[in-house]
Amino acid sequence: MSLRIRKSGILDTVQDGGRYGYQHLGINPGGAMDLLAMKIGNALVGNDAGEPVLEMHFPVAEIVFETRVLIALSGADFSATVNGDPVPILHPIIIQQGSVLQFGKNTTGARIYLAVAGGYTTSEWLSSSSTHKQVKAGGFEGRALQKNDILFLKKIKTNQVLSMDKPFVVFPWGAKVSDLYVDNPFRFIPGAEYFCLTETSKQQLKSGVFTIDQQSDRMGYRLRGEGIALESCQELISSAVTKGTIQLLPDGQLIILMADHQTTGGYPRVGHVISADFASLAQLRAGETFSLQKTDIPTAENLLIEQQRNLQQLQNACNFRLEEYLKSYQ
Amino acid sequence: MPVTLAYHIYPCGDHAVTIELGDKVDAVINQKIIALFAYLKKQQIKGVKDIIPAYHTVTIVYDVVLLKKQAADITVYEMICEHIEKAIDSFATEPPTTARLMRIPVCYDLLLAPDIKSLAALHEISIDDVIRLHTGKTYRVYMIGFLPGFAYMGTVDDKINTPRKPQPRTSVPAGSVGIAGAQTGIYPFDSPGGWQLIGQTPVQLFSVTKEEPCYLQPGDDIAFYSIPITEFEKLKQL
Repeated sequence: MSLRIRKSGILDTVQDGGRYGYQHLGINPGGAMDLLAMKIGNALVGNDAGEPVLEMHFPVAEIVFETRVLIALSGADFSATVNGDPVPILHPIIIQQGSVLQFGKNTTGARIYLAVAGGYTTSEWLSSSSTHKQVKAGGFEGRALQKNDILFLKKIKTNQVLSMDKPFVVFPWGAKVSDLYVDNPFRFIPGAEYFCLTETSKQQLKSGVFTIDQQSDRMGYRLRGEGIALESCQELISSAVTKGTIQLLPDGQLIILMADHQTTGGYPRVGHVISADFASLAQLRAGETFSLQKTDIPTAENLLIEQQRNLQQLQNACNFRLEEYLKSYQ
Repeated sequence: MPVTLAYHIYPCGDHAVTIELGDKVDAVINQKIIALFAYLKKQQIKGVKDIIPAYHTVTIVYDVVLLKKQAADITVYEMICEHIEKAIDSFATEPPTTARLMRIPVCYDLLLAPDIKSLAALHEISIDDVIRLHTGKTYRVYMIGFLPGFAYMGTVDDKINTPRKPQPRTSVPAGSVGIAGAQTGIYPFDSPGGWQLIGQTPVQLFSVTKEEPCYLQPGDDIAFYSIPITEFEKLKQL
């Protein structure tokens, strides 16, 4: 009941919904960058939405399945293959014992998620399995997966994974996610220092094009664009920041705080990317461009509720189809 | 503590709200912040995921989807603001909390204090003066941030108030005690950092295996005392 890493990837970690309740101790929440993908992947294999998944970046590890298991890939598309044959994202797939999962190229998106039916055996730290690399805790030994690591799977209650003689079987149905993700522009609500921006900078924020810099990671996306300036520039006292906070750095460039952000910050908060658009933003890669569009809290809340409703429908549909599938084999 | 608090509330994104008291770094304001943090935590408001005190703010992170079920005609933001206002009204009559005093040994030996010499020279005082001034005060932990367990303490004597280094170091060893402006702090982990390093403590500031992983908490009082390098090595072994 395990997966083995045959070749290391650049950054493959165990993540869940995040470690909340400890930010007053400087412990950042972490968690999957694209929470939608985590939930979709789990839905496709019949798991609870918050079951820990593998979050993987390109180039990705090569994974040997040492047991037959039901899996799903979600989020980015890295041209996955099983024993050399292409397999799609967003479909449940039964993988035969001994089969090898590989990834060919970074087709779309920044991070792909691997969910397995029943879930992985992970270590929890402060009620979360998200990997905290600084503290070296949570997930798989608190670190990214490396060559020869063996990731054990939890025992599955029902015999969900039926025997077969092929290296893999892709289910004919999958998840439609077009109404969950958004395209450019991403929406933001103004931050506390938005009103200190010069008129030109406010315009630049709303209509400018921003490029994601190479120096971007799970902590933050550094942006490159025309410089942004404040009308008056008094030094701020540090206070808490959140996922999606857009800070103005002293050089006039912006940084958007991502899942592994620091808990506090002292740079001007010009805006905050709304929760409903965060997963889509988290799938942008270095070098890609986007724009920002100003919105307000009522709109942001409604968009998130609507997204949650669509996700719930998708989860229900997956449950229904998985049950149907199991029945058909009984 | 006064009966009422003058505060203002503003959104920190679409899933967090910040309560701000005053507009400066001030022990009295921060004391209220810590007390408010403790009080709000005790309320166990449903849907609240995190409460984060800083120098003059408390930020509450909440679950919009969960809370939306209760907020029929208003936004979740408005609802959470109402909760906070009610909580602050009842909080104003609470007695102030008392801080605990933590005594922390620091070795100011040149081997462990790469910036103490230049810092002393900058202020035209001796290294012994730096040590005397740094150990001569009780500091307050204003907030924890930057790294897990990194305590922002203040305020240091004006005579050793020193800006951050223009070029941050790529690696500062865990336990390093530094000064940045009027603040002093200890690095809980090996980390990049720009603070002026004047010593090192053998105390482990963060322990992943403990239920309370951080040695220091917001609101603590801290007193440093000087130890020779032999004792540092001995304590480090423990």
